[in-house]
Amino acid sequence: MTGARRVTESALGRLGLSGRALVVAVPLVWLLVFFLIPFLVVAKISLSEVTIARPPYLPLLEWDGLRATLNLNFENYAYLWNDPLYGNAYLFSVRVAFVSATLALLIGFPMAYYIARSPEPRRTLLLTAVILPFWTSFLLRVYAWQGFLRSNGVINNTLISLGIIDTPIVMLQTDFAVYIGIVYTYLPFMILPLYANLVKLDDSLLEASADLGGRPVATFFYVTLPLSMPGIIAGFMLVFVPAIGEFVIPELLGGPNTLMIGRVLWNEFFANRDWPVASAVAIAMLVVLVVPIMALRSAQARAEEKR
Amino acid sequence: MKKLAILSLSASVLALPALAQQQVVNVYNWSDYIAEDTIAKFEAETGIRVVYDVYDSNEVLEARLLAGSSGYDVVVPTSQYLARQIAAGVYQPLNKDLLPNLANMDEELMQAAAAYDPGNEHSVIYMWGTTGIGYNVDAVRERLGEDAPTDSWSMIFDPANAEKLADCGITMLDAPPDIMQTAMAYLGLDPLSQEESDLEQAAALLEQIRPYIRYIHSSQYITDLANGEVCVSIGYSGDVFIAADRAESAGTGVEIDYSVPVEGAMQWFDMMAIPADAPNPEAAHAFINFIMKPEITADITNYVYYANANAASMELVEEEIRNDPAIFPTPEVQAKLFPTITRDARAERTLTRLWTRVRTGQ
Repeated sequence: MTGARRVTESALGRLGLSGRALVVAVPLVWLLVFFLIPFLVVAKISLSEVTIARPPYLPLLEWDGLRATLNLNFENYAYLWNDPLYGNAYLFSVRVAFVSATLALLIGFPMAYYIARSPEPRRTLLLTAVILPFWTSFLLRVYAWQGFLRSNGVINNTLISLGIIDTPIVMLQTDFAVYIGIVYTYLPFMILPLYANLVKLDDSLLEASADLGGRPVATFFYVTLPLSMPGIIAGFMLVFVPAIGEFVIPELLGGPNTLMIGRVLWNEFFANRDWPVASAVAIAMLVVLVVPIMALRSAQARAEEKR
Repeated sequence: MKKLAILSLSASVLALPALAQQQVVNVYNWSDYIAEDTIAKFEAETGIRVVYDVYDSNEVLEARLLAGSSGYDVVVPTSQYLARQIAAGVYQPLNKDLLPNLANMDEELMQAAAAYDPGNEHSVIYMWGTTGIGYNVDAVRERLGEDAPTDSWSMIFDPANAEKLADCGITMLDAPPDIMQTAMAYLGLDPLSQEESDLEQAAALLEQIRPYIRYIHSSQYITDLANGEVCVSIGYSGDVFIAADRAESAGTGVEIDYSVPVEGAMQWFDMMAIPADAPNPEAAHAFINFIMKPEITADITNYVYYANANAASMELVEEEIRNDPAIFPTPEVQAKLFPTITRDARAERTLTRLWTRVRTGQ
């Protein structure tokens, strides 16, 4: 047994590999194959020129026997810069994502707090209830919201039969419906990190605050909230980041003027069949997104340092 | 023993392609676009197994075809997409020796389709139709009176009418060429114009009525017209008939009608074609030839309410459908129909950009 291990270890050692390097290599290879290489392919297409062919763009590198020509085309990026459509769509997406994440935080925090403070059997039950919706398809759940929100849907029909309104309120195909869809879908991503954080909250700190004359409200703002900051930021990021690029929810619930960056990308790729510009949008989005994400990351790091 | 079983299993897996008794044909067609028993009949007659898959937009189909190795043997793109895809080298020429049923096709319509596919080298018409107005008869009458202009685009494109209809819901297809060309026809411009100023005028017209449009989507309106959620849609003929049929069978009292307006409407063809890299081109030809059988095409038309281009099938098409001018337009209306054109990348971009402005106000 030990002999065998020594043999493997020395064999690996001869290759310059330690067990530790192997463990690290797995996620590295994963990132390389499923993130970096696709990213480079998209970056490559973003620098080429559109044409009618299969695939619909010109090659970057031309080779005519002896001479290799590298054609880099930066026009796609210039185009994004010159047409305000792309900037506006990006800003609107960030706004929708920010408002949704804030709403999810306002709704999710009390829920996470309640779950974390619940006694054991009930706590597990409540946590399961949060995760349970994932067992059905996300698409089906968004479609279900169409049934609730449409003019002759559940909500309007109930309100009309109760005599609260006379004519149905138009809710589907509005930004309002998009917010509902995003907050509903991403709420568990807010609750779970918040719960993980709040469950570790030390009761003695709350008692100490009370002993020193802090009323519940003051205790919450001066003790609980600062301590749960890492959870808040983690939850916020888990909602904010995917919501920016969200395509399905605005497509199914939003109106035609809900112009999020995901839709712009779809347009470039499918309607204009301009893969280079579509790739440029994707790369530009990634680069521009890094800014708010880095800001949140550093806020999180600071919050953790403080503890 | 176990090892042996595994060995022989893997051997048989390896040998499968060589021994394949059962041929397969991979068909990629529009959703809700074939009779219920067509595939079963084809399988029974030829012994070829059909793998049937559906899409609901030309864009999705095109992206797959342009990426290559789609794995499909028969696809059904709409004419103007087909023309561009042919230029991109997506399709293989048809082997007409394998398609004796081509003799059943209507010559005039095949001629019209040759505008997109010169000599009909790569494709055969599956079904064709128009882009017109689907409307809820009672809701429109209630708002625009007994003499509502249901046979004119002014019902939607005149802001005064659109405003009155806004509360019951107007929708448009998310199909820039269809809507923009239609708007140009309404304005008395050449619907095939590629002039930027003409396109600008069409966009300006659409922007005027944009506040009264509930949504812009290419399939949602089928359900919504049927259950009274919306009342006027610029839509594809066959889809509106599906909505009318659904409304009738649901018995909700909603009556849906379709009109091809007098100013003219877009005529399009959905064409069967075989990708250049189709894995089973022979089975694909067999499938296309089977569809062109008069009784099979008639079955499909009777089921989906789209017009076919199969002259020999006409006597098998239900009389009610055959004589419906909304499905098979009268010669006078037919003369007013206009095709779509293939635009170069630049004109295409102008069109999409203007359309985005109409959609979003940006």
